[in-house]
Amino acid sequence: MSDLQERESQKPEYLIEARNLVRMFGSRRERVTAVDDVSFGIREGEVVCLVGESGCGKTTSGKMIAGLLKPTSGQVLYAGKSVWNPRGEKGEDFKKFRLGVQIIHQDPYASLNPSHTIYQILSAPLLHHKLVANTREALERVAELLSIVGLSPVEDFLYKYPHQLSGGQRQRVSVARSLTVNPRFIVADEAVSMVDVSIRVGLLNMMADLKRDLGVTYLFITHDLAVAKFFAWEGRIAVMYVGSIVEFATTPQLINNPLHPYSKALLAAVPEADPELTRSKQRVELRSQDIPSLLALPSGCRFHPRCPYFEPGLCDVKRPEFLPVGEGRYVACHIAAREMRGSA
Amino acid sequence: MQEARSKMENKVVDVFKSKVPLTVEDLWVEYQIERGVVKAVRGVSFALARGESLALIGESGCGKTTLGVALIRLLVQAARIPKGEITYWRGNQGIDVLSLTQRELRRFRWRECAMVFQSALNAFNPVLRIWDQILDTAKAHGVMSRGQVRERALQLLEYVQLDPKRVIDAYPHELSGGMRQRVLLAMSLLLDPQVLILDEPTTALDILTQRTIIDLLRRLKEEIGFSMLFISHDLATAAELADRVATMYAGSIVEVGPVEDIFYRPVHPYTLGLIRAVPTVTGEFEALVSIPGAPPDLVAPPPGCKFHPRCPYVTERCRVEEPKLEPFYGEMHSVACFNVQRVQQDTLDLQERYAKYMGGKAA
Repeated sequence: MSDLQERESQKPEYLIEARNLVRMFGSRRERVTAVDDVSFGIREGEVVCLVGESGCGKTTSGKMIAGLLKPTSGQVLYAGKSVWNPRGEKGEDFKKFRLGVQIIHQDPYASLNPSHTIYQILSAPLLHHKLVANTREALERVAELLSIVGLSPVEDFLYKYPHQLSGGQRQRVSVARSLTVNPRFIVADEAVSMVDVSIRVGLLNMMADLKRDLGVTYLFITHDLAVAKFFAWEGRIAVMYVGSIVEFATTPQLINNPLHPYSKALLAAVPEADPELTRSKQRVELRSQDIPSLLALPSGCRFHPRCPYFEPGLCDVKRPEFLPVGEGRYVACHIAAREMRGSA
Repeated sequence: MQEARSKMENKVVDVFKSKVPLTVEDLWVEYQIERGVVKAVRGVSFALARGESLALIGESGCGKTTLGVALIRLLVQAARIPKGEITYWRGNQGIDVLSLTQRELRRFRWRECAMVFQSALNAFNPVLRIWDQILDTAKAHGVMSRGQVRERALQLLEYVQLDPKRVIDAYPHELSGGMRQRVLLAMSLLLDPQVLILDEPTTALDILTQRTIIDLLRRLKEEIGFSMLFISHDLATAAELADRVATMYAGSIVEVGPVEDIFYRPVHPYTLGLIRAVPTVTGEFEALVSIPGAPPDLVAPPPGCKFHPRCPYVTERCRVEEPKLEPFYGEMHSVACFNVQRVQQDTLDLQERYAKYMGGKAA
């Protein structure tokens, strides 16, 4: 930690960093911790995927990182500076942060105003933030954005309403909208999961091009491991389980050699679009199928009631810390950490 | 054109001999909407063999759910079936589904053919306990005494790996998504149907839950021996569960064949496009190719082959003439495309991959 702080005085290592993020919901009597002590950093130009099953806290984490939700405790740092000041108010650079960070939501049917044309949707942020001088410039910029996201000829789209577009086209409009303010960082929350297979790859490739051409950094939230692998092959994947990150590694490491038992179980369970491959997979037998309720979390490691590597007296007593285990990897598991130390 | 289609499927029916619980012949379904007529299902023919699972794959709006719902005649008011035949076979006796009265339909549904709908939460009445819903179902379909129903229900719930005593008295909201899906499966089997239609059985579920349901379905099918028609946009589920796969595009089946054929030597450009567009998790990075364009408007579909505006193999003929579904690799694997030889050339890597698997197995 100390060397991290040292470096902070120079150029920060990460464009965006989550430090011990915690988010609780509910009344005082019945409180759930949706996100519990999440820490990770994303370097400029990098793609980090947050994967996990529904309810694991990945969207809540994404919202906090995008500044849409205030953490109960912990910090979000953008370019080395805390987004929220110590009193929990918006920091002095909040506006800069807000312009630098954008989010793309899951549902392209709900995230665009149905009574506005595409031109109106895209020109509003341009004019509001005075990124263009007048409406003629706005029109030029909107046309440029539409062609960046592959909606051409642009004249066909400018004055259409969202309902006149397909799901894939709408999602492209969402991406174009996020680009209006020239963000350095985009949180994409299940951005392709509602789009048909034949169109999904086109959307992912277009988003990857933005990384290459405009240097956009991504936090890509998905439940789909295949999509995560495809989009973040040169980046890293963080696996979340019941509110915490259990493993963080480069994508090839995680896919080919997962360390945490939960990551192993996920990879073994995921069906593949290849009959021989999917039917010959080695299964990981879990001890239980039940996902723990946030209201009654298991003691010790939260995965221990389901974990096939469970060691009584250790895993059900002590909560494993999220620790570096070499090769730039992090894992929160007593057993995996021990094995990594043994082999080192 | 339709004649040829039926003829081909008849041959397949012969292959299955008398073991066919369901045959569909040249089925058309249309919806009347403001803009015109949506031709949602266009001349679909197929047969379902006993104990087999057939996957209908395709993207949203390709007509796969409409087809599924038409098979038990649960179509909405605005829909009509201008043409076609749906027949369920019990032994040598055929039931012509399209001529059944409402009363007869009630007896037919669930006993001959049960359907499990996509959204497991919405399929339940939220204010009734599971038991009451099961009893309602049994009564509606004219069955058995209370005691018998209860006994059968407990048996089935246990069979789908639930704690029967706890689940039967629970309200739907007390159960997780995976549990609800399993209750629905148990309920669908209540009257021992010979055909089960599953609409996106695993779509809204998490990976580990999805795995449980897939394994359960496979076991149920093997042990009980019903036939399964499942509708999915997810190629991975089809790869897991199907014996045969039918690809649907713009209301028609454009390719149908054994699961290995469809995945390792597809001959329809759309099937190949889907396979090339879906990443696998295991293994190294592979470049993916998307299919350009968007699915057609079914009110005013393009002339000729409905896929031609998006097809990389398109020729002049495709623009004017719609290809028929015809056998390609033997009787079991049929395709509707004029350019199969060219498509075949582009699947060499897939065929090689398959050969490698087979080699590995032999060794």
